[in-house]
Amino acid sequence: MNNLIRSTARCLRSSAWQYRTAQTNGELLSGWARLMCSSSAVQKNLEEIVKKDKVVVFMKGTPAQPMCGFSNAVVQILRMHGVDSYAAYNVLDDQDIRQGIKTFSNWPTIPQVYFNGEFVGGCDILLQMHQSGDLVEELQKLGIRSALLDQEKESK
Amino acid sequence: MKRFLCVIRKQHAGDESWCGLRLMLSSALRCLRPSTCTLALTRQLTYRRPHMGPVETTIQTKLTQALKPEHLEVINESHMHAVPAGSESHFRVLVVSPQFEGLSLLQRHRLVNETLKEELSTCVHALAIQAKTPQQWSSNPSLAKSPPCMGGSKHDNTMAEKLKAGRD
Repeated sequence: MNNLIRSTARCLRSSAWQYRTAQTNGELLSGWARLMCSSSAVQKNLEEIVKKDKVVVFMKGTPAQPMCGFSNAVVQILRMHGVDSYAAYNVLDDQDIRQGIKTFSNWPTIPQVYFNGEFVGGCDILLQMHQSGDLVEELQKLGIRSALLDQEKESK
Repeated sequence: MKRFLCVIRKQHAGDESWCGLRLMLSSALRCLRPSTCTLALTRQLTYRRPHMGPVETTIQTKLTQALKPEHLEVINESHMHAVPAGSESHFRVLVVSPQFEGLSLLQRHRLVNETLKEELSTCVHALAIQAKTPQQWSSNPSLAKSPPCMGGSKHDNTMAEKLKAGRD
């Protein structure tokens, strides 16, 4: 109950800011309408984001400068497989995306990894997929050849 | 040690008491040698603080009731992160349960997340999960290690709220 109140208050604050801006601009949209619009707009936006690229990562920080050990682990695993080109979204920069992706994925934590628009999991799942060899197969399905395959070839 | 025993043997050559002394020393050495179960116990003692906080206790209780695990480890890793001492915000759980049979990794993790939904929406900021079947656990009984913190909580303006929720 407390969480509902807190999250509602948070949304109201952000919508209140938008309402004040609307008034300043002479628009007459109500705060509640804007709130509903922004929440569903975020969800719609996320739906497009996760499908736009083969590999999408929602993380804390950036691939060049991760700001969380678990997010960094995801970056390192992808790098190990030679996956350097992917869409990465820094949730610390955008609270709407941060909360929105948790709702969208029905997953409570960051980082979050998507392959071809499908939710894969967080750091733990990606790590286990890497350790079991499943990640190489999944990347192959995306049309991405893992760098580890080339390393294996060279060692033979 | 062998040289020590040889010196003692020479001193007590032909002495019956040498056999008794040797038996005593051998059993003392066996007790000092570490065994696998001792190491596992030590690991549990190392990671479990003498006093389990309320959040840790709740996590333990909920996972036990929901998943009926054969083996369960709940580790408060908050001390490894940029949060005040005594926080209960970052956890690692290892759950070994037959209920995971036939489930994908994602399904298993969702089951754990669902069980701890309330904690994850309030005070728990990070939850590392290992979800294994009993067979998987017996073939590889190892606890994964969390990566080192990169100070993300310091830049997180929602942390104060979460820590307060944990204290309340």
